[in-house]
Amino acid sequence: MPRSPQHPRGGRRVVVTGQGTINALGRSAPETRAAMREGRLGIGPLAFQDVDRLSIQIGGQIRGYDPEAHFSRQELTLFDPFTQFALLAAREAVAASGVTFADPGRAGVVLGTSGGGLQTQDENYRLVYQEAKNRVHPLVVPRLMNNAAASQISMDMKIEGPTYTVATACASSNHAMGQAFQLIRSGMADVVLTGGAEAMLCFGGIKAWEGLRVMSRDGCRPFSLNRNGMVQGEGAAVFVFEALEHALARGANIIAEVTGFAMTSDASDIVTPNREGAVRAMRGALADAGLAGEAVGYINAHGTGTTVNDKTECAAVREVFGAHADRLMISSTKSMHGHLIGGTGAVELIACLMALEEGVIAPTIGYELPDPDCDLDVVPNVAREARVDAVMTNAFAFGGLNAVLVLQAWR
Amino acid sequence: MSDAVRETVRDKVVAILAEQAALEPTAVSMEASLGDLGIDSLALVETIFSIEETFDIEVPFNANEPEKSDFDISTVASIVRAVETLVAART
Repeated sequence: MPRSPQHPRGGRRVVVTGQGTINALGRSAPETRAAMREGRLGIGPLAFQDVDRLSIQIGGQIRGYDPEAHFSRQELTLFDPFTQFALLAAREAVAASGVTFADPGRAGVVLGTSGGGLQTQDENYRLVYQEAKNRVHPLVVPRLMNNAAASQISMDMKIEGPTYTVATACASSNHAMGQAFQLIRSGMADVVLTGGAEAMLCFGGIKAWEGLRVMSRDGCRPFSLNRNGMVQGEGAAVFVFEALEHALARGANIIAEVTGFAMTSDASDIVTPNREGAVRAMRGALADAGLAGEAVGYINAHGTGTTVNDKTECAAVREVFGAHADRLMISSTKSMHGHLIGGTGAVELIACLMALEEGVIAPTIGYELPDPDCDLDVVPNVAREARVDAVMTNAFAFGGLNAVLVLQAWR
Repeated sequence: MSDAVRETVRDKVVAILAEQAALEPTAVSMEASLGDLGIDSLALVETIFSIEETFDIEVPFNANEPEKSDFDISTVASIVRAVETLVAART
């Protein structure tokens, strides 16, 4: 690819120069990639207060996590788990990238989350309603607010430019990363830390989901005929998105280029996915990247493991890619790390970067039986080595909000 | 289960379905399917919630595999029978 600093569809080119994560598969991006390569299962029995009162008792929980190993007591007063996860991921990404924020007004933070400080809400509601306490900790509000993670990262890194949180349920991270792409592309910022975080694995978080009857009690098996619902996960992933010229000027290691983004709204149903909305988002992202569908070698699916999502998504992929749908690979890594809701697209971007950088396609594990409604190459159970030059990552949220990104290899 | 209890279960289930369908209970026939009543997926999860709250039971229903659930939702009559079974198991 020529080293022009201009995106062919206008604005500046944007590259990824750092990645960081903590999730059920690993405490870092390299650990997570290794787990994805091995097709390791991060989902297991949930452990938290009152879990015995839930009908859903499995999830992709981060095991053996000790907050005090990472943060001071004063910090922990202010950091809900979703903020902790976001900070750990951001610190890893920035260290790996080597980026500094010498011009802090030209740097930003755009994160996705759906529940924000949900555990803080859960714990404090328990105190006032169940235990009849008449006061809660004075810092509950700055701890639970949805923008707490983005703000704490900006304080931690002394980043003074555009900083905010995007909440679009399961598409939050993809919307956030798309926004970061646009901020840099349009010239509003040179470097943006972006991705998402979620820490919804607590009694109230799961109890609310149970009612929808879409969760599986026994496992996440996307695209498999015997799939029976989604399984939640937790954690964060944060990436350094950077203007190409900025990255080249400092001699940064470039992992991949972000080339296309589109977002659509189904405007039809608050929970049921809509094929047309997904089709429009995928087509829009390809058009933005200036790519033909045939160029895409891998799609990281939304692939929640619900009956309706997976068959709708596969039908949408067929409609967008035509005959090429039978040649491309599509997998759902939610089968390994669970569905991180507002943080999911971020953790899934790790798989996309692995595909582009290492030529390793993360599998859909738990795949047992073919479903004629999902008859695509879903990379069942075992990772695959394959050189891909362009990847797509899908997020189709409750509320009918869709966000799709296209990334390309940097060679 | 006595006939009186059975009648109560049926009437309460019909009332719940009628409310979700925005119909008079007399307009809910035992042979009707949820589709006939215009009860969509969101109304269905609300219906199940109402049934659980009304009868103090746990309804084993997963929207991803309705056919596999012990709770048969194919008609009003099948729902009434399923609730009767769960109520009987509770007592």
